[in-house]
Amino acid sequence: MPAVDFQNLTLGYDRLPAVSRLQTEIMEGSLTAIVGPNGAGKSTLLKGVVGSLTPLEGCILLDSFDRENMAYLPQQSDIDRSFPLSVVDLVAMGLWREIGPFGWLNRKRRSRVDAAIAAVGLIGFESRTIGSLSGGQMQRALFARLLLQDATLVLLDEPFVSVDARTTADLISVIQNWHNEGRTVLAVLHDNEIIKAHFPNTLLLARELVAHGPTSQVLTTENQFRARQMCEACAGPPHVCGRDAA
Amino acid sequence: MWELFFQPFYDYGFMRRALLGCIAVSIGATPVGVFLMLRRMSLTGDAMACAILPGAAIGYLISGLSLGAMTIGGLIAGMAVALLSGFVSRLTALREDASLAAFYLISLALGVLIVSTRGSNIDLMHVLFGTVLALDDAALILLCTIASVSTLTIAVVFRPLVLECADPNFLRSVSGLSAVTHFTFLALVVLNLVGGFHALGTLMAVGIMILPAAGARFWAVTIGGLILVSIVLAMLSSLIGLLLSFHLSLPSGPAIILVAGVGYALSLGFGSVDGIITNAARRASSKTT
Repeated sequence: MPAVDFQNLTLGYDRLPAVSRLQTEIMEGSLTAIVGPNGAGKSTLLKGVVGSLTPLEGCILLDSFDRENMAYLPQQSDIDRSFPLSVVDLVAMGLWREIGPFGWLNRKRRSRVDAAIAAVGLIGFESRTIGSLSGGQMQRALFARLLLQDATLVLLDEPFVSVDARTTADLISVIQNWHNEGRTVLAVLHDNEIIKAHFPNTLLLARELVAHGPTSQVLTTENQFRARQMCEACAGPPHVCGRDAA
Repeated sequence: MWELFFQPFYDYGFMRRALLGCIAVSIGATPVGVFLMLRRMSLTGDAMACAILPGAAIGYLISGLSLGAMTIGGLIAGMAVALLSGFVSRLTALREDASLAAFYLISLALGVLIVSTRGSNIDLMHVLFGTVLALDDAALILLCTIASVSTLTIAVVFRPLVLECADPNFLRSVSGLSAVTHFTFLALVVLNLVGGFHALGTLMAVGIMILPAAGARFWAVTIGGLILVSIVLAMLSSLIGLLLSFHLSLPSGPAIILVAGVGYALSLGFGSVDGIITNAARRASSKTT
């Protein structure tokens, strides 16, 4: 059963498409890497799924999902690290759906927060401010928040950028756990080695869909070359790109 | 000591009223200032203050130096500019700060024009620099009401507001409160500026909002700490500023803001968190040991 169904989807900013006429579906319980050259519309696609960007054309069908069951990890640069927030505060936000703007962080919930912090190996960092964390520690904290969100669909935007190798390995095992629990995971990634080793499915994007399927069939040199070419063809004004211009 | 610090308030009712008014403004406006600073919107406060002017001026035109008319006028003008610039930035590619700048400049020019064609220079001075030494009962009640409403509202929207500042994308992904929070916050900015302008004037009102918040950054690392320190800084500035203006016959609004400025400078130098001189001293002592 498809968890996310992209139907002739065009997404973009200021009426200029960044993702165009995407037609494919993400199966429930799948673990999918989204890859593509810079400017291929990978992050845009996730924003579309989250709903922070309305499609210019087509639609995204979320089968049995709504925004309630979705967890989204944006690129780290979107978070204001200078904001005076402690690790506990940040992680506890994952309980938002339960506690909302007014709910109480009681002892039971607090122990779940602590468990999530422990699961990502951040014990002892609870009261540190997020500004004092390294890139890797910050990402661990954000994964703890994702754990608390307990979502059936998890969207990760470049989760391993500016993250050290050990943290990457730990976080991959968190992702593997989600996969084993039957959650659907969509991650924008760059590192081919990681994808080949841990992600069964890959969606290759270059504004348009290049290929989507088992990683070994999608992540070929030929496909990636084609994706780069398609994106370079798009380097001009975005609205002249795509099939019409070719 | 007694004469210097307490006699003025003991002897003169207008000094007591001024102090109460300033304390109300300190409690109401500085938490808003802290969030403005944390959202990197410090200059937005400035822009909004100017945007309030034509509303207050029109209120003044209609019914003279009337508290109610000028308050309502200021609120309407401020909200209109906040909403318009918000909408323009959501509908077009123009960023919110740019559209806000456009609207507030228009608004400020309009305000000065209205005041100067119909009023005297003294009226203009009143609107621009406030009359903290001439606060009547109605004005005091208004200031205290605004401080209470503002504090309560901050308490209610605190959690979404923190999220909206720190990680707006996350808030948008988990709830639809983002836009509501943003506009509620802008409304609070306008409300406090309108309150502040009765005491300190449209231009000086931003000072009591931003300067203590900026200074608090050098003393506290948590949001609660920041708010607490900034309120204390604002109250101290009000007290010392009023005393200075009393003893040296200075205009009170600028005196209060200048004291807040000195407070900021001292925090910048000697603050326990990242103060310049504190840091230098720490480096020096760690080298010698």
